[in-house]
Amino acid sequence: MASIVAYGAYVPKYRIKVEEIARIWGGQPKAISSGLFVFEKSVPSIDEDTATISVEAARRAVKAGKINPKEIGAIYVGSESHPYAVKPTATIVAEAIGATPELTAADYEFACKAGTAGMQNCIALVDANMIKYGMAIGADVAQAAPGDALEYTAAAGGAAFIIGKDGIAKINDTVSYTTDTPDFWRREGQPYPGHGERFTGEPAYFRHVINAAKMLMEKVGTTPSDYNYAVFHQPNGKFPLRAAKILGFEKEKIEAGLLCPYIGNTYSGSSMVGLTAVLDVAKPGDRILVVSYGSGAGSDAFDIEVTDKIEEYERQGIKQMIENKEYVDYATYMKFRREFK
Amino acid sequence: MREVAIIGIGMTEFGELWNKSFRELVAEAGIQAILDAGIEGEEIDAMYIGGMSTGRFVGQEHVGSLAVEVAGLEDLHIPATRVEAACASGGVAMHQGYLAVASGMYDIVVVGGAEKMTDVVGREATHILASAADREWEAFFGVTFPGLYALMARYHMHKYGTTQEQLAMVAVKNHYNGSLNPKAQFKRKITVEDVLKSPLVAEPLHLLDCSPITDGAAAAILAPLDLAKKYTDKIVKIKASVQACDTLSLHSRKRFDSLPAAVHAAKKAYEMAGIKPKDVDVAEVHDCFTIAEIIAIEDLGFVEKGQGGKATEEGLTSLDGEIPVNTSGGLKAKGHPVGATGVAQINELVLQLRGEAGKRQVKDAEIGLAHNVGGSGGTCVVHILEAV
Repeated sequence: MASIVAYGAYVPKYRIKVEEIARIWGGQPKAISSGLFVFEKSVPSIDEDTATISVEAARRAVKAGKINPKEIGAIYVGSESHPYAVKPTATIVAEAIGATPELTAADYEFACKAGTAGMQNCIALVDANMIKYGMAIGADVAQAAPGDALEYTAAAGGAAFIIGKDGIAKINDTVSYTTDTPDFWRREGQPYPGHGERFTGEPAYFRHVINAAKMLMEKVGTTPSDYNYAVFHQPNGKFPLRAAKILGFEKEKIEAGLLCPYIGNTYSGSSMVGLTAVLDVAKPGDRILVVSYGSGAGSDAFDIEVTDKIEEYERQGIKQMIENKEYVDYATYMKFRREFK
Repeated sequence: MREVAIIGIGMTEFGELWNKSFRELVAEAGIQAILDAGIEGEEIDAMYIGGMSTGRFVGQEHVGSLAVEVAGLEDLHIPATRVEAACASGGVAMHQGYLAVASGMYDIVVVGGAEKMTDVVGREATHILASAADREWEAFFGVTFPGLYALMARYHMHKYGTTQEQLAMVAVKNHYNGSLNPKAQFKRKITVEDVLKSPLVAEPLHLLDCSPITDGAAAAILAPLDLAKKYTDKIVKIKASVQACDTLSLHSRKRFDSLPAAVHAAKKAYEMAGIKPKDVDVAEVHDCFTIAEIIAIEDLGFVEKGQGGKATEEGLTSLDGEIPVNTSGGLKAKGHPVGATGVAQINELVLQLRGEAGKRQVKDAEIGLAHNVGGSGGTCVVHILEAV
């Protein structure tokens, strides 16, 4: 199967604390923080959107992997906050990194798992020898209605993966688990998503994440003990910890990729940015289980094995990027999110 | 008037039953009760089904006809009636079933209660539940049930010195009992500290002072006592069935530290049964909020007015106490699918009186009492059951 030849991630530097949001809406910050296991979330600046975040992540991937952009034959951008309803984000990225015009490009939407769906497409195109490199991006500037529970976690960020052959991490296998489960949605023209509250847990997130992980491990004949790391979609800090516990992964194995407590839920970026954090610290031979989740609903699971080539790879360190942060108050956050109309 | 017995019971698991529809819940509880009673469907003469707001929770009214269809009794064209009295819908359905059998009109009557509450989001559920209060003079002004019971709690604390810790002890006890009930929504034990640290809903009530949003259904089969022997040797007799009503709104009520309808229903029920409060071996009371259980055990005469909190603290109502209350876990831990609750209480009492309550069995329980409340006390139904 194909492998990851390069990756890059981007998270805006602005943060808002749970306490600050709770201050405005009368929530109990400690209860919210410990209930969600989220302390602060990233905030896009006024000139940042899914396109700029995608371009940032894509540029970092191209640079770190020393990839000739003209050799990228496909770009897919997965997001639920594409700046245009009609007009692709993927073409903006392609033009910005100099990959045009000989490539295919498209935008994907599958709530928070559109980015990993793009990865699967790139894997297929590479395996079919139709392209040399394919780029899959998951990025979002997540929407949340002011005052909604989602506001504590809806964040901004994204990651780009360049898929090719003989890269830094082999993708041994991938499977998907998909059903029609309406736990979270946003209709055409609506500014904010709606959700089924507790319905988003057991019958939605956990059912799909757990089943996709089990399906994959059964297919490749592995158990949790075969993996050094696991990354699950992170709508909050609690869900991935619980998924890990249900599946039998020790907490230590998911800590490296668990960024949600510090940057919030980057939606389409969530599991992918988490994977970049793991690759930043992984050693040759390390095996990683990645399971995304998209509401609506589905999960893509990947079995990934790090190769010797990781040692020569110029790792940029998403954690360092996250540490370079600046706090904003609620009013500035509202301004940045263009909520004053 | 004929004497009436309960010859069968059935109940679904209570909880967030994402994979079960309202129809399936009705069918599951009904089938369990029919199998438990060992009756044939053709023997059923009538049905009464409690449902608080099935129309707004799942968009389904006309629940009587639905029950006939899921029971497969359409060719018999039996009468099936949906009964509504807010959270006392189940208890009132029991009362209707009791009257129908006692009067001699029907022999075998199925009483049921069902509610599926998780198809709507929390805000919507709160709004729907507020329809059990006075829409014009309470709900329109923003009052919700946690708010109404918080007012009662405040008054009780002010007048009798009841503490938040004592309120919390009701939840701790009921969660412990729930941990012994395989069908309960919450099977985890909690501490007083857990309750006090949980988010405030309406001061002084914390999240863990409140009963949850629940899906579930329960059923019971009634028959004349004389006929009951034909079906079972585990007969439980209905010694009293009393319904009482009061003002819809809390502010029009004469008292705030008591539910006068409950006091009235209990007094009449004790007279009808020929017993005193101290004769009750086990009770299921309407603990929609922890304060409601404290007020209930006072209204039922288990303790003097004002002593409910202290009595709870001293263990009077614990599983090993003098009068174990809410051995099922109550509304707090077993769950509160509003229309089903009154019938679920009857289920628990029948299990206790038959000696089938497993780890939460009250030793030698012979007399059980159920106390089911609608709204803030606008309706109260009290049943007294006895093992025969």
